[in-house]
Amino acid sequence: MDIKEELKPPQDSVVVEDSYHMVTRRGFVSWLTVGWGAFAGATAIMGAAFQRFLFPNVLREPPQEFKIGFPNDFLEGVVDLRMQDKYGIWVVRGFDPATSQTGIYVLSVICTHLGCTPTWLESEAKFKCPCHGSGFYKTGINFEGPAPRPLERFRVVLAEDGQVQVDKGKKFQYEKGEWTQPEAFLKV
Amino acid sequence: MEALRHTINAFATPTTIYLSSVALFAIAMWKMEIVVKPLVMIPVVIVTVLGTIFALTDDHFFKLVTLPDNIPITIMLATVGYFTWYALKKGVENDKRLSENRPLIEQEQDRRVMTWPNLVYIEFICLIAITVFLIFWSIGFQAPLEEPANPTVTPNPAKAPWYFLGLQEMLVYFDPWLAGVVFPGLIVVGLMALPYIDPNPKGNGYYSFKDRRLVIGYYLFGFLIQWVLLIVLGTFMRGPGWSFFGPFQEWDPHKVEALTNINLSELLWVKLLNIGLPKNILLREGVGIVVVLGYLVALPPLLAKTIFKKLYQELSFIRFQIMCFLFLAMLSLPIKMILRWTINLKYIVAIPEFFFNI
Repeated sequence: MDIKEELKPPQDSVVVEDSYHMVTRRGFVSWLTVGWGAFAGATAIMGAAFQRFLFPNVLREPPQEFKIGFPNDFLEGVVDLRMQDKYGIWVVRGFDPATSQTGIYVLSVICTHLGCTPTWLESEAKFKCPCHGSGFYKTGINFEGPAPRPLERFRVVLAEDGQVQVDKGKKFQYEKGEWTQPEAFLKV
Repeated sequence: MEALRHTINAFATPTTIYLSSVALFAIAMWKMEIVVKPLVMIPVVIVTVLGTIFALTDDHFFKLVTLPDNIPITIMLATVGYFTWYALKKGVENDKRLSENRPLIEQEQDRRVMTWPNLVYIEFICLIAITVFLIFWSIGFQAPLEEPANPTVTPNPAKAPWYFLGLQEMLVYFDPWLAGVVFPGLIVVGLMALPYIDPNPKGNGYYSFKDRRLVIGYYLFGFLIQWVLLIVLGTFMRGPGWSFFGPFQEWDPHKVEALTNINLSELLWVKLLNIGLPKNILLREGVGIVVVLGYLVALPPLLAKTIFKKLYQELSFIRFQIMCFLFLAMLSLPIKMILRWTINLKYIVAIPEFFFNI
């Protein structure tokens, strides 16, 4: 109560003599609107200009379809890490319990939880993600940590020259039952 | 010495550390007027300091604590501990004065001053002091720069900045959309909403504890247990492969933990009923969906009739619903953690087909 009284200015002090320099409420709000409008307009124009960056002139993308060598370049039962840096894939040759077939399958190196790259631990025979501890079997099936689904597999076929050809543009997800599709697995 | 280290390592599991912290917290909330006494706090500080000195004799722990990234956490622990104690001590003191009908600390020694110049001067001096401190800090400790980033190489362990390690720990138990988007959003929005949810004028402008025990406990649980403790766990105890290590345990990337996790649907359909997962997603996850909906929808009215009866009468209906939702969202983390540690439960609702896991 008393605080409110204190805040009120003394009545006689509100005396305006110079009406030319006085800013009215209406005038202030008008100028404020103009100012904010100009700011919003400038921001919009700049935002529109930035759209150009979404369409670069040159796009350096690694090829999505590539040959990785002959089937015999891959050893039986070994998780091949040679293609990890260049193409972002792990190549495994051997019996695949997930589909009950023997041959070659190609796993994505991206953890299905948050996208880190797991590490292959040979002695524990598992992929272990350093970010939140997700673990995957050699087949790509998730079994520990928070990863909600198995690693993705990529299309793998035999090219005409007998090399193994991988297509990262086509992925196969276990939870959708896609691993049993013909090109998700290369029978050797 | 070696035996003591082994004992501490054996004791240090997420379960024991988390649960014993919660127990200590509950005792402190219950008997605050005793806990804040210097007679209790001085021994606690002495034991902590001696324990830290003992721990620093261990090579692994010494390296971990003196890492430039980790020094701020040690500073944070000391300051958080001190200021929490300071506020609670004043609150307890005021409670005593209120019960004896004496004037509050704030009324007795009126230390109100003008913002200008008193506050602004102090802020300006602080600004200069912090700038000087940061300059010397950046000269003294080199930034931990590494080789250029490579998407196919993730450092092991990969850790978030120290202040986000609580969120990273949360990600171990929840899907990214929950732990990375919804929960951080709820923390920010919930903290902003607090003054509007809680219309109780008690404790405004003076320290208090007894009158606001529930709300203070609610807040401190979220801050100390769910945020600070998880930062400490994430910094000092999570090693390669995000495995859990004791404070004196060498970080071995090959550490094997039995962590084979299963979803609620698998637990129900495969382990209990032994008939395999149904093809229909809704049927498969039906129980989980009912559990989650029951937790969020059916529990608030139940709480209003039982433990929050008084609060329900004080708050309006909508305020109470919002408060309950935030409360249940906060509690979902310890619930999920305990379920993970005890029955290796991964997700209550698991629909990886649509990136929807809870």
